[in-house]
Amino acid sequence: MIRMEYYLIISTLMFFIGIYGFISRKNMIAILISLELVLNAVEINFAVFNRYLFPGQLEGMFFTLFGIAITAAETAVALAIIINAYRAIGNIDIKNLSKMKE
Amino acid sequence: MEYSLFIVVIPFLLFLFLGLLGTKLKSIVAGIIGTIGMGICAVLAYTVAYQYFFGIGKTNGEWVKQIPLNFEWLRFTENLHIDLGVLLDPISVMMLVVITTVSLMVHIYSLGYMKGETGFQRYYAFLSLFSFSMLGLVVATNIFQMYIFWELVGVSSYSLIGFYYTKPSAVAASKKAFIVTRFADLGFLIGILILSFYTKTFDFGLLTADHASLVTTSFAGGTFMGLSIATWALALIFMGGAGKSAMFPLHIWLPDAMEGPTPVSALIHAATMVVAGVYLVARLFPVYIFAAPDVLEMIAFVGAFTALFAAVIAITQTDIKRVLAFSTISQIAYMMVALGVSGYGDHEGLGYMASMFHLFTHAFFKALLFLGAGSVIHAVHSNEMSAMGGLHKYMKITSITFFIACLAIAGIPPFSGFFSKDEILAAAFHHQPVIFWTLWVVAGLTAFYMFRLYFSIFWNTPKSPKGDLVHSASLQGVGGEHHKPHESPAPMTIPLIILAVFSIFTGLIPFADFISSDNIPFHTHIDWTVAIMSIAVAVIGITIAFMLYFKDSKQPARIAQAMGGFYQAALHKFYMDEIWMWVTQTVIFRYICEPIKWFDRHIIDGSMNGLAWITQKSSAGIKGLQSGKVQFYAWVFIFGSIVIAALVLFL
Repeated sequence: MIRMEYYLIISTLMFFIGIYGFISRKNMIAILISLELVLNAVEINFAVFNRYLFPGQLEGMFFTLFGIAITAAETAVALAIIINAYRAIGNIDIKNLSKMKE
Repeated sequence: MEYSLFIVVIPFLLFLFLGLLGTKLKSIVAGIIGTIGMGICAVLAYTVAYQYFFGIGKTNGEWVKQIPLNFEWLRFTENLHIDLGVLLDPISVMMLVVITTVSLMVHIYSLGYMKGETGFQRYYAFLSLFSFSMLGLVVATNIFQMYIFWELVGVSSYSLIGFYYTKPSAVAASKKAFIVTRFADLGFLIGILILSFYTKTFDFGLLTADHASLVTTSFAGGTFMGLSIATWALALIFMGGAGKSAMFPLHIWLPDAMEGPTPVSALIHAATMVVAGVYLVARLFPVYIFAAPDVLEMIAFVGAFTALFAAVIAITQTDIKRVLAFSTISQIAYMMVALGVSGYGDHEGLGYMASMFHLFTHAFFKALLFLGAGSVIHAVHSNEMSAMGGLHKYMKITSITFFIACLAIAGIPPFSGFFSKDEILAAAFHHQPVIFWTLWVVAGLTAFYMFRLYFSIFWNTPKSPKGDLVHSASLQGVGGEHHKPHESPAPMTIPLIILAVFSIFTGLIPFADFISSDNIPFHTHIDWTVAIMSIAVAVIGITIAFMLYFKDSKQPARIAQAMGGFYQAALHKFYMDEIWMWVTQTVIFRYICEPIKWFDRHIIDGSMNGLAWITQKSSAGIKGLQSGKVQFYAWVFIFGSIVIAALVLFL
């Protein structure tokens, strides 16, 4: 059986790659993808902790499924916002989004 | 008796109806609707009076307070709650009759007098509002309800005095009336608050019950600046009454209030609103006499002084409405004196009965005088006495009814004023000789100035009008057209006749059977010593007036010359307006308003401005954080999370 730490290393990597992408990307779609990485890292953690620490229970699994559904909804909303931002400012560069405050 | 509520509610509905929809109606229709509504009120009031006095009012030979309706309007705490209700007792029923009668007469009269005025509907709407507030005031079951309607009366008076709002003098007069009475009402409010703070009630029934024992016990000897707190409270309440009833030195608004339409003066500034102060003192009479007899003593002296003061001024005035205004002040002061000299119970309480009696008769003959004066003004288009004269042959009805009213106010038997004035003089005679002799002199002066007015208007010959073009136009005619003054139309003369009938016969009512200080009927008889003295002085006054003013003569001017400074002072109303002006501008404005203004500008505004300044500065400091750069927010968020996580983990 694969040791739990390996999973956690993977998820930690995914999490910080996501954070890095979120902060450094200019393209809003790329930022969205980075955000997905962060969320998926969290869901892996849920599944792993459930599987290794409380094998008799299913709450972690439920939360994973719940998180996936939330992520899907969030992606839809974010894409809608990005499309509207594109219509308003002509591109999807995050820097230009600060025009919104005017 | 629940229907007595409608007496109050109908005028209010009329006010709403005429005020909101009046302009959609033809003016005469609006006037007639208002008049009919008031007629219904009058009929209801008479029914209530009949039922009360000849039916349910008396139990075991005593008039009892009836409260057909009372509901709790606002409850603040266990003790502090404000009720609205209808209280029927002899004086409130009497006031209902007086108000609805005079108001109805004024409504009818105004159909003629105000014809063709712009704002006719507005006029009727405000008349209804006034009637509503005045009726609400007299049926108040508690002192706070009275205060509410008291202010409403002030507002409607304000809007009616300022009816001709394009005329600067009318606007100034309405403001003056409002501010002066409002200033007095401040005292009234403080008085109410002190009184209810100690007694824990607003209710008239509880306050006056059982020789006002609630008040005398609850104050329990507390003193403030050498006088008991009860005395202070009641003196302050009297201050409100003095403001509304134009007692010296708060009388200055009433003469100016004559800027309003004449029927308004008849209704508000002669018959109803100005007696509210008398009514207030009468309503709280047991409280005054048992808790603060010194205040009553003060009321008597203030009243006597005001009566004399106003009567002297009335002699010198040339504007006929102002003569009547000062006469009103003088007569109301008479009623106040009567309350002041009254004792409690049976014949001791003669003054109380006499005061209410005089209020009743005065309302009719003074309304008649004002409406008569309005009829004259309508004919000659001027207020100045010098523009009138010899009108008897043109205006017979006005002249005769005016004559009746003059006889009534002068106190010639068997007209109504004689009986009520005689009771007042008798009450004063047994109480305090100084006051009696003052009132006696005032009675003579009253007869003199009323007949001066009567003879100058209806007999005499018009003096050369000094720059009074309006009048010369109306007498000699413009452009060859000969225009003579003529009798007023029927809507104006009918109320005059009705009121004249009232002025003749109301004196014969055995008032003591209905109204007395302890609500137990007693019998009065005419005190012939006093009666003969008062008739004598009235006859002397009338004779002098006849000699001086019946025919045009140089005599009055010569006497005025001889009086010199005193005449000038009286002509200028003893410079009371100027004194008040000085007091307000130099004392109140400079020493009270200026420091308050400074405090307001620098402390109150300063703290608010300081707060705003701090907020502005700090927001300028931190607004760079709200950059709109999403990734910067994310940085801050992550960094913050790390810091919090570190704190949780390592501390």
